[in-house]
Amino acid sequence: MITAGVDVGAKFAKVVILKDGQVLTRAKALVGFDILKSASDVFEMALKDAGLSRGDIQRVVSTGMGRSAVLQKPPINADEAVSEVVADAAGAFQAVPTVKTVIDVGAEEGRGIKVEGGKVRDFVINERCAAGAGTFVEAMARALEVKVEDMGSLSLKSANTIPMNAQCCVFAESEVVSLIHSKISKEYIAKAIHDAIAGRISSMILRVGVEKDVVLIGGCALNPGFLPPLEKELHTSIIVPEFPEFVSALGAAVIAANPAR
Amino acid sequence: MAQVEVKTQEYWRWPEYRRTVSEKDWRNASILTAGVDIGSVGSKATIMVDGELYAYSVMRTGGVSEDTAIKVTTWALEGTGLEVGKLHYIVGTGYGRVNVPFAKKTITEIACHARGAHYIYGPTVRTVLDIGGQDCKAIRCDEKGKVLSFLMNDKCAAGTGRGLEVFADLISVPIQELGKVSLSVDQEPPPVSNTCVIFAKAESLALLRQGWPKERVAAAYHAAMADRIVDLLTRVGIEKDFVITGGVSKNMGIVQRLERILKIKPLEPQMDPILAGALGAGLFAKALYEKEQGLR
Repeated sequence: MITAGVDVGAKFAKVVILKDGQVLTRAKALVGFDILKSASDVFEMALKDAGLSRGDIQRVVSTGMGRSAVLQKPPINADEAVSEVVADAAGAFQAVPTVKTVIDVGAEEGRGIKVEGGKVRDFVINERCAAGAGTFVEAMARALEVKVEDMGSLSLKSANTIPMNAQCCVFAESEVVSLIHSKISKEYIAKAIHDAIAGRISSMILRVGVEKDVVLIGGCALNPGFLPPLEKELHTSIIVPEFPEFVSALGAAVIAANPAR
Repeated sequence: MAQVEVKTQEYWRWPEYRRTVSEKDWRNASILTAGVDIGSVGSKATIMVDGELYAYSVMRTGGVSEDTAIKVTTWALEGTGLEVGKLHYIVGTGYGRVNVPFAKKTITEIACHARGAHYIYGPTVRTVLDIGGQDCKAIRCDEKGKVLSFLMNDKCAAGTGRGLEVFADLISVPIQELGKVSLSVDQEPPPVSNTCVIFAKAESLALLRQGWPKERVAAAYHAAMADRIVDLLTRVGIEKDFVITGGVSKNMGIVQRLERILKIKPLEPQMDPILAGALGAGLFAKALYEKEQGLR
């Protein structure tokens, strides 16, 4: 059985095509102004890569912020839309069968999910504040004039811990600027930024509780500077699966393959 | 290739100013005090002669609070013949109050705003809403301007002046005109749905791209901000008379929407309400000096 998961996030759209539990292909691209078009382009890209057409795919499940934009709309024609939390749980379980806690940090949302056998038992979400999501690191990278991809490795060069007082993304930007003016090195500031976001994410995660294995997914999992402070704050080791940003799309594809669940 | 000159304007940049407001001669006065309010975005200094406002200045807070404190106070004194050394007592307040080098004492901005609002609006004030650059406070006070209770948001830029500055830049409207622009719609649009300034900015941008005129987007943004401030006010409990202080009190778009939602008309200020914190500090300075000298 061939199925597809389409995860239309706040920043990127991701597609996973699955055949009998094996990933055939993955594709992702930035989401533009026209959500349906951006998602459809990624979907077509994935189909082309796998040498398939829409007719070859038995079921498509969508998830993410833009999941309803692609529901029963050609060319994707998603059969069903599921919430990010459900998709995350299913995807993390597929990637790491021993998972008990999922931490998903995307561009605009952070989530903590307690799972058992791939099913959601409890969850917490932050979707209101940019300071607890990837947008925070992006905004701080702009203030620091550093590429966002380089933020993580930059922060790992710092052994020093300096505190950031601002909670809010807008206020933190001013704080970063004044830290630069006080001649604090970019490495130190980058570390402070990662410590701050890790602190906020962990206090949210602690509300659902931390039980091993803990799996980190979402775009922020690609940032190497984020993992060490998060592990430190939560006093646990954390597993980052391969292609962490595709885990939600993978979950959607897994759900598509099990319509009777 | 021809060079293209790009003109950039900083729409968030509000004007700085100073004034001497009293005809009195400070040389005949017995107590000379100052209140210096170092806010996160704006700094204010008030020079008080026998407990009455004599001169003041308002400027942006710079990177080093000590420098700003010196600059803003010196500027307020400019042209008056007075100098810092002649002042009997100076009180510092605001976010950067510990960085006022010549302040004999620091007092929280909550106490100062209540005291200052009492001075500006009189003893009937019971609820003071102070909307500053990086925080928003709802303060309940008694007939003497003493704080009874308060609530504040200082964690999030939504509902603060800084959020409005970000928005002014987004829609390219100078910050002083933003409120007026937001009121120029025939019908109030639904408020922007995101709380976070970063997300609300993205949402507003999407509305502009959909072809909404600037005025309508501004109205949606102001409406959301007013709703959020009302939440804070409702939690502390609002009682008449109601007044608004701080930089955002100059934004008619916020003030009129608050009035509409709360069905309470805020009192009209008799002097610049951005000075409330500094005025409160200047008045506390007088009381402290009197106590120190055994005058009361």
